[in-house]
Amino acid sequence: MSRSSAAGSGVTPGPARRGRLRRTLDKHWYAWAMVAPTIFVLGALVLYPLVRGVLQSFTNLTETNQRAEVCSKTLGGAESCTPNPDRWHWVGFDNYTDLLTGERGHFWLLFGNTIVWTLACVLLHYLIGLGLAVLLNRNFRGRSLYRVLLIVPWAVPAFVSAFAWKFLFNPKFGLINSLLMNLGLDPVEWFNHRWTAMFAAVVTNVWLGVPFMMVAILGGLQSIPSELYEAAEMDGTSPWQRFRHVTLPGLRPVSSTVILLGTIWTFNMFPIIYFVTGGQPAGETEILVTGSYRAAFEGLRNYSLAATYGVLILALLVVYAAAYRRALKSKGEVW
Amino acid sequence: MRRTLPGLTGLAAVALVLSACGGGGSTDAAGDKADHDALKATLTWWDTSDPTNEGPAFKELIKRFNAEYPNVKINYQSVPFGEAQNKFKTAAEAGEGAPDILRAEVAWVPEFAAAGHLYALDGTDVLEKNDFLETALSSDVYEGKTYGVPQVTDTLGLMYNKKLFKQAGITEAPTTWDEVKADAKLLKEKAHVDGIYLNSGGYFLLPFMYGEGGDLVDTEAKTIEVASKENKAGIAVAQDLVKSGAAPKPDANDSYGTMMTLFKEGKVAMVINGPWEVANVSKDPKFGGFENLGIAPVPAGSKGAGAPVGGHNYVVYSGMDEKKADAATAFLEFMTSPESEAYIADELGLLPTNEAAYDLVKENERVTAWKSALDVATARPWIPEGGLFFGPLDEMATKVLVQGADVSKTLDQTAAKYKADVVPEYDLP
Repeated sequence: MSRSSAAGSGVTPGPARRGRLRRTLDKHWYAWAMVAPTIFVLGALVLYPLVRGVLQSFTNLTETNQRAEVCSKTLGGAESCTPNPDRWHWVGFDNYTDLLTGERGHFWLLFGNTIVWTLACVLLHYLIGLGLAVLLNRNFRGRSLYRVLLIVPWAVPAFVSAFAWKFLFNPKFGLINSLLMNLGLDPVEWFNHRWTAMFAAVVTNVWLGVPFMMVAILGGLQSIPSELYEAAEMDGTSPWQRFRHVTLPGLRPVSSTVILLGTIWTFNMFPIIYFVTGGQPAGETEILVTGSYRAAFEGLRNYSLAATYGVLILALLVVYAAAYRRALKSKGEVW
Repeated sequence: MRRTLPGLTGLAAVALVLSACGGGGSTDAAGDKADHDALKATLTWWDTSDPTNEGPAFKELIKRFNAEYPNVKINYQSVPFGEAQNKFKTAAEAGEGAPDILRAEVAWVPEFAAAGHLYALDGTDVLEKNDFLETALSSDVYEGKTYGVPQVTDTLGLMYNKKLFKQAGITEAPTTWDEVKADAKLLKEKAHVDGIYLNSGGYFLLPFMYGEGGDLVDTEAKTIEVASKENKAGIAVAQDLVKSGAAPKPDANDSYGTMMTLFKEGKVAMVINGPWEVANVSKDPKFGGFENLGIAPVPAGSKGAGAPVGGHNYVVYSGMDEKKADAATAFLEFMTSPESEAYIADELGLLPTNEAAYDLVKENERVTAWKSALDVATARPWIPEGGLFFGPLDEMATKVLVQGADVSKTLDQTAAKYKADVVPEYDLP
């Protein structure tokens, strides 16, 4: 089949480009047919909303100004429609300047919170996950039981653990404060101060996120050939040296991926902040996604402002991912 | 047994009315019957009431409705209150999946009406033939038309623990914030409990503002009034209650839940809350039943007492087929009839909105206890943006009560936020 089409294009003196396209289509039509549904689904689910979102961020679109006419129907009576006096219109970069200058909302507070939140969570996820993975990567009795138990937090829906932890941190009735009091310490008003509230949220998210890191790193550990350890042992290295010079470099491909994933997930981790702190005290622990949610779904929906938050979040993450990739590349990582 | 008895009285009331109808004239009744039978439709109703405590009573009303209108099927769906507003808006925008009838919180109605999601009910029997409480009905009016009928009304009042009051030697409920402060001192000394728990939610601070004659916005003059000197004076009173120790410092997170737990356990003697909690409080074994619960109007400020009016309304989705209009009005008429509302009041202790229903519940203490509180209920500014008032107000409450921030500065910030995010077309004074 490919031969005949090649011969055909050789005879017809058509434009070379078109011939080539035809040739690949002829040759790989099944491959195109295979990817077509994916392209279609991604286009409908990702690309189209993304483009819409970006466009909306340059308008003043809200729930009230989106329709062309305002209608009023009376039950069993007539319907009257009048053109909407203030329809949405393009506002250029107004939403961005309003947000970034603090004219509306508290972008920089949310931004600072998001950075602290992401850094703290990912760092603790990775370190604790690594520690647990190294512990579990040796032979001892009941190893599989431990593994299962440590994965449990992951299996619990995020909002369920969020509520559980919120209750544990409850200043009046929570377990944590009664423990503190039993130890002779003062109870802490967890949600009345910015950083203690953030701490409560971080603890919850660490509890939730460690299992994933642990499992991923455990997989990475098991792919490090044992010969390397044996050779290192022959050379008389200490356990720390083996960890430092064999385990960590061996884990690098896994680590770089899970850290990138973890950062993106944590950056956009909505339920923990929303359910544990609820942004309290007075909106001081709100992060960017919860800010976007409040713009979109509280009271009259402000589509354009929420879209602006969304575009800014996307831009931040794209910049981060690009920088991260560059840093890895400079270390000779194939990625 | 305690729960079934009022139910029986309700049944008896309905039976009485039915027989009264029958006595009016047999031809009329037969004609009515034929009319009722001819009405055929299926109506979907999203009920947002609590499915375990309140739902069964409403389902019972549907059963009674079907005894009268056998061919109108009510498709009852319980939708969690917290989700209903967004769910309805999403469905109505999409033009698909919205119910015919919704139980909407008072603040939602102007919002939905402005978006064109609701039928105006002007000229229908349900609106014209009933005598609804004026303040309750006011939330349904948007730009001169009425978009719903009130189902239940509520307001905030002072709820107190009678036993603790007795221990402290207090005979009368306090009527001003100064008296609250004095009583709190007595309660602390003699009953060893905290006087009053102030919830750090913006809605619960409205009585302090109304008490000084303040409000959030002026919808006539289109001005933002939240930072007025009246409001500053009122909020300062609230802050002083916390700072002086009359009220314990509330928690920033879930202070409502904390407030109710402490009150039910008898660890705090007074709270500001509404009729929806009466059943909950009186059922709690640690509290001591309804007999132990005192209800009084909210304490007054320098200009008198005032509490925000709340409650729920029945609204009809504008995407509903016009052919179902008669069935929908018949259903709403039945649900808001004095007998139905009296049944709900007897079963659940919720306050009726139909003036005539109050004659039927004269014996019901749970309802009559609120009568004086209801007298000082104040309508809120019913504008579509009303739902956005409370985000900034909650922040203000947390800053002032929990973090001890400066009242005047904080309210100025709230006003600036109203201008930026809530009602940009209104003027700051």
